[in-house]
Amino acid sequence: MTEDEQRQAEEQRLAQAVEESDIAISVRGIRNAFGDQVIHDGLDLDVRKGEILGVVGGSGTGKSVLMRAIIGLQTPNEGEIHVFGESMVGRLDDDALAIRKRWGVLFQGGALFSTLTVAENIEVPIREYYPNIGAQLRDEIAAYKIRMTGLPAEAGPKYPSELSGGMKKRAGLARALALDPDLLFLDEPTAGLDPIGAAAFDEQTRKLQETLGLTVFLITHDLDTLYSICDRVAVLADKKVIAVGTIDELLALDHPWIQEYFNGPRGRAATAAVSREKNKAAQTPPDGRQ
Amino acid sequence: MNKAASLAEEQSDGGSVLRLSGSLAIASLHDLPDRLDAVQGPVGTIDLSDVDHMDTIGAWTVHRTAKRLGSQISGAHPDAQRLIDTVGALDDPVSIHPDSVPALRRVVGQIGEAVSTAGSTMLGLLGFFGATLVAAWSLIRHPSRFRVNAVVQRFEVVGVSALGIIGLMSFLIGIVIAQQGSVQLRQFGMEMLTINLVGRLTFRELGVLMTAIMVAGRSGSAFAAQLGTMKLTEEIDAMRTIGVSPMEALVLPRTLAVIIMMPLLGFYASILSVLGGAFLCAIALDIPPITFFQRLREVVPITDLWVGLIKAPVFGLIIAISGCFQGMQVKGNAEEVGLRTTAAVVQAIFLVIVIDAFFAVFFTWVGWN
Repeated sequence: MTEDEQRQAEEQRLAQAVEESDIAISVRGIRNAFGDQVIHDGLDLDVRKGEILGVVGGSGTGKSVLMRAIIGLQTPNEGEIHVFGESMVGRLDDDALAIRKRWGVLFQGGALFSTLTVAENIEVPIREYYPNIGAQLRDEIAAYKIRMTGLPAEAGPKYPSELSGGMKKRAGLARALALDPDLLFLDEPTAGLDPIGAAAFDEQTRKLQETLGLTVFLITHDLDTLYSICDRVAVLADKKVIAVGTIDELLALDHPWIQEYFNGPRGRAATAAVSREKNKAAQTPPDGRQ
Repeated sequence: MNKAASLAEEQSDGGSVLRLSGSLAIASLHDLPDRLDAVQGPVGTIDLSDVDHMDTIGAWTVHRTAKRLGSQISGAHPDAQRLIDTVGALDDPVSIHPDSVPALRRVVGQIGEAVSTAGSTMLGLLGFFGATLVAAWSLIRHPSRFRVNAVVQRFEVVGVSALGIIGLMSFLIGIVIAQQGSVQLRQFGMEMLTINLVGRLTFRELGVLMTAIMVAGRSGSAFAAQLGTMKLTEEIDAMRTIGVSPMEALVLPRTLAVIIMMPLLGFYASILSVLGGAFLCAIALDIPPITFFQRLREVVPITDLWVGLIKAPVFGLIIAISGCFQGMQVKGNAEEVGLRTTAAVVQAIFLVIVIDAFFAVFFTWVGWN
């Protein structure tokens, strides 16, 4: 096969994959470089609809850069990104905008607008895109989003500087969910939270994903998060996604970094915790009493 | 999926029925919420059997209408029913807007807050000045701890790198003074007095004052931002833990550098202003430079130079102390670094002008006028 034919075949295969339409995000052959430093080279990744995909990798492997490339904050030097079947690289037209409205992003620090209250933060996307929604209804929407993300009822009129780290993340999540997105990007949502807060946040994410039918792209370092809520895990290393699959599938692979990651002391502790949970669940009688 | 939501009202034997259809998602709601609000009850049933898609915002719209009109929801797809149940369970009172305060009370409160902030800032500044003096005294007793390299490095940042911008600014100000002065003085036929104006004004006041403003903007703000960022990243705490005094390592070198650089920069600025004046006089007033400088020597007493040079280190001290003080006050978040940097510059310029007024009175009093 000549190179041209090969590319054509590849494109056809890609078009088919998109038509199958259970793929929410498809990343093909991404290359990201800052100056001489190459972060990604020929990176491929698929995110299926309705799954929570965990993205892991050592520091500096470009997890956040990958997310920024998908949401269009960073134009990759090469490669294609399709979201819901629409090509997104360098697109600013109305079709691309319609896709943009279908995702919500939670940045690492929450990235709340510091001059606005929590409720106003949540209302920003609604105000921006749907001025037809009246002030009264908008306030009500903000109110149930506040409750939905587990924020306390009095958080609405507070400013971000008055919130704790965990509440900032929840407020950021509420804003990300303001337009009822189909796709949610979470960048290290449990970093900096205490274990109880982190577990509660994981639980919340899982619950929201189930109720709203979300597809979640989740960058994390938190092994507990990976074990407890992720359907599949993608591992970034050597400038590529070296493996995607359930944790069991990944453990079967013979890659040193993956083995080190999941079988290191912390990985083993998380595995043990999960199997304890499973045993407890098995022992608990169906009516829930112990 | 993107069929617009629509609404029909029907009468049946069980009371009136609201029939919703299409997609109840935020993108296709359009004016449906308003139309639902306009419906007067009672409505027995809200029928959702023709709804093909729903998100939580649509579910909320249905929920609030059903609650207001006391109606039953029927015909919902299981997914839609689940969403309606979910948002319904979240229907608790939540505060959204801050409690409003009457305007008068708010204004009085803000004034009071501003006064108390100003008072405590001045007090804090004084305390910081004291701490700097104490640190300086301990450094005099232990000269080996003096950080020569840090000071020299600041010389470059504060002084040498500022030469370009201060020189240009002073030259232009000299031109402006000479030009504006000559226009007024021409009415009395005394254009020669332009030289007095330029010479005395720049050496006594403007040279050093404009330099102080520029240094406050360049270096005072930089000090506040640097120290503020170091405070945020806990570098200053780390320093204290290791046993290095931040006053000695950070504040004193900066303060000393500005105190020493200010007279030099002020003198340089005055000279450049005079050159600017001479340039304009030569071009516009036909006063040759030789005449200009000869007359300058006659009319500008040497005390004018001293006045400027005495004020300069004091201004420098104020700028450095304000910058470092505001930087060390940063706590909490990155936003504060910006606020403190602004405060440092405003405070420094304000205090410089206040002190300048005192100096003016003082020098008149001692007869240097």
